[in-house]
Amino acid sequence: MTTPKTLFEKLWNAHVITTRDDGASLLYIDCHLLHEGSSHAFEDLAVAHRPVARPKQTFSCADHFVPTTGRAAGLSTITDVDRRKKVEALHENSKAHGIRLFGMNDPDQGIVHVVGPEQGLTLPGMTVVCGDSHTSTHGAFGAIAFGIGASEVGHVLATQTLWQRRPNTMRITIDGDLPFGVGGKDVVLALIRHIGATGGVGHAIEFAGSTIRSLSMEARMTICNMTIEGGGRMGMVAPDDKTFEYVRGRPYAPGPDQWDAAVAQWRKLYSDEGAKFDREVALDASSLAPSVTWGTSPEDTVGIDEKVPDPASSDDPSVRARMQRALDYMGLEPGTALTDVKVDRVFIGSCTNGRIEDLRAAASIVKGKKARIPAMIVPGSELVRVAAEAEGIDRVFVEAGFEWRDSGCSMCLGLNGDTISAGERCASTSNRNFEGRQGKGGRTHLVSPIMAAAAAVTGRLTDVRGMERS
Amino acid sequence: MEKFEVLEAVAAPLGFRDVDTDRIIPARFLSKPRSFGLGKFAFHDMRYDDAGNERPEFPLNQAPFREARIIVADTNFGCGSSRESAVWALADTTSAPVHVGFRCVIAPSFGDIFYNNCSKNGVLAVRLAKEVCDGLRAQLEASPGATVHVDLPNQTVTAPDGAKHTFEIDDFRKHCLVNGLDDVALTLQYADEIADYEANAKKARPWALDREEAAR
Ligand code: SF4
Repeated sequence: MTTPKTLFEKLWNAHVITTRDDGASLLYIDCHLLHEGSSHAFEDLAVAHRPVARPKQTFSCADHFVPTTGRAAGLSTITDVDRRKKVEALHENSKAHGIRLFGMNDPDQGIVHVVGPEQGLTLPGMTVVCGDSHTSTHGAFGAIAFGIGASEVGHVLATQTLWQRRPNTMRITIDGDLPFGVGGKDVVLALIRHIGATGGVGHAIEFAGSTIRSLSMEARMTICNMTIEGGGRMGMVAPDDKTFEYVRGRPYAPGPDQWDAAVAQWRKLYSDEGAKFDREVALDASSLAPSVTWGTSPEDTVGIDEKVPDPASSDDPSVRARMQRALDYMGLEPGTALTDVKVDRVFIGSCTNGRIEDLRAAASIVKGKKARIPAMIVPGSELVRVAAEAEGIDRVFVEAGFEWRDSGCSMCLGLNGDTISAGERCASTSNRNFEGRQGKGGRTHLVSPIMAAAAAVTGRLTDVRGMERS
Repeated sequence: MEKFEVLEAVAAPLGFRDVDTDRIIPARFLSKPRSFGLGKFAFHDMRYDDAGNERPEFPLNQAPFREARIIVADTNFGCGSSRESAVWALADTTSAPVHVGFRCVIAPSFGDIFYNNCSKNGVLAVRLAKEVCDGLRAQLEASPGATVHVDLPNQTVTAPDGAKHTFEIDDFRKHCLVNGLDDVALTLQYADEIADYEANAKKARPWALDREEAAR
């Protein structure tokens, strides 16, 4: 009998080209995704006179620096020269090397982690890398997917491989029926609270359990997306019928002649009974409340019905100091009920929560109400935007006073100029509440799409469970 | 890439947990080319107030630490975004005297991607136990300007008080750092193995390697 294997081991073993005596393995990369941050790697490539090894397995998306309004006129709408050059460089490098570009004005443009799955670029059983830490998103399909740095992007461009040491394995089993008003975002934030921002460091994490099985592909992506916020190297979910149905018929998915063979392989991608993980964690999802962050680390999560914690509650001085700094930055006092916190602005979008399901959910809260504060919807891709418009979702938001934008990373980190101002407090569906993440001095509260929608119509952090929806 | 063998230099204590790469270099500077000298932006919003003045309480704004080439940090340094600009900012030597450039960061733990990015840029990231890092910072605060001795071949860090601490690093990373190697050249020596692997993979999962967009 062969030793039982984890999903991760099966994927890993299938991609190792060779392993050196010192333990480093040369890993084959099936799919390499690029965004504007790749310009440095292309420069290095040019200096070394190296070609792109596998342009047909490389795809690029203009997302980080693109404007979210008025871009029909093309690149000239980007008035900031440095930003325009970043987008231009991506367009030019992609064309020069024969890489399929989802450029700023492509009808299929969007955030790289939304476009990958949407186009069928991401498939079960693959290795997927991108010079972006939220590449873990693609693990939701049963793939090894992780973020890399610019030098590693250069290495993959030149060789279609990467040297990696095998990470440790961790299984996080999430069981129980999700209570009303609680979704993927709430689960992953609660999980990061539980394991801490360093809990997953050095680990490949598999998400398992009845809750995960019951979740849609979109929600699984939200959870895998934020693996990195718990320190994890990558996150993954074993593929099932939901996965296959999501993938079927997408532009880059296996065609009808290959479909059955592909699915037959993909059905073997699960952790065998008795497979050993280096660490096991369990979470009961049935008792969760909608999550909200109060501080400047994603682990600073509480339920919306809780209060801002007191640094004195920790006996580690470095934790106390960090909590105090976070409170000062956020302008909050310990003991304040989260629902008493007024919000200045709402952002719904990003690779965490910019998919159609997210927009539908947010619209169900907003319908027939008015936003009391500035609120902005930035779809994760142009296809999401078009789909939402076909369903009339855009009208719901616009009639409620929300801004309806073109797709991109936007206010998740503000590289394109969509930022919040110093001292402004934003309920955001993005993934990082770091100091200055959404703009210098800006204060971020991470929440789910329905919680963000609720905050927009009340002007404060609100327990969405008490709100009517349509 | 610059080789890293032995470094004896002033070390600066940075006693904050979870210093993410957004704090090492805020996003608004990411559109700047590397040649701009990203060291000017290192720890920008921790180092400067809103008017652009130095915050005197920040260690790197204090006289002896301005010369530091080594940082002794706290848990989870370099977490968050994969931006390699964080390492470029730390390592930049073209922005002196504002920023002299760091060659070594010592901390109890690091963000995984940051840790990898360091070794691609000749920067040594050293993991030492939390108590050892806390102790090192206490010594540096007690005698500002004290030096720390880092010996990569022997995998040791010698504290100002003379105590020698050994650290772990994987052999390949060490080999590349000590010899200043670009690993692309190294990998291309495996071209035959890669080609063999690929030929098999194309048979095993053609849909993953022969990518063509379906007609619509
Ligand atoms: S949406 Fe935010 S987290 Fe996602 S890729 Fe863009 S900038 Fe990164």
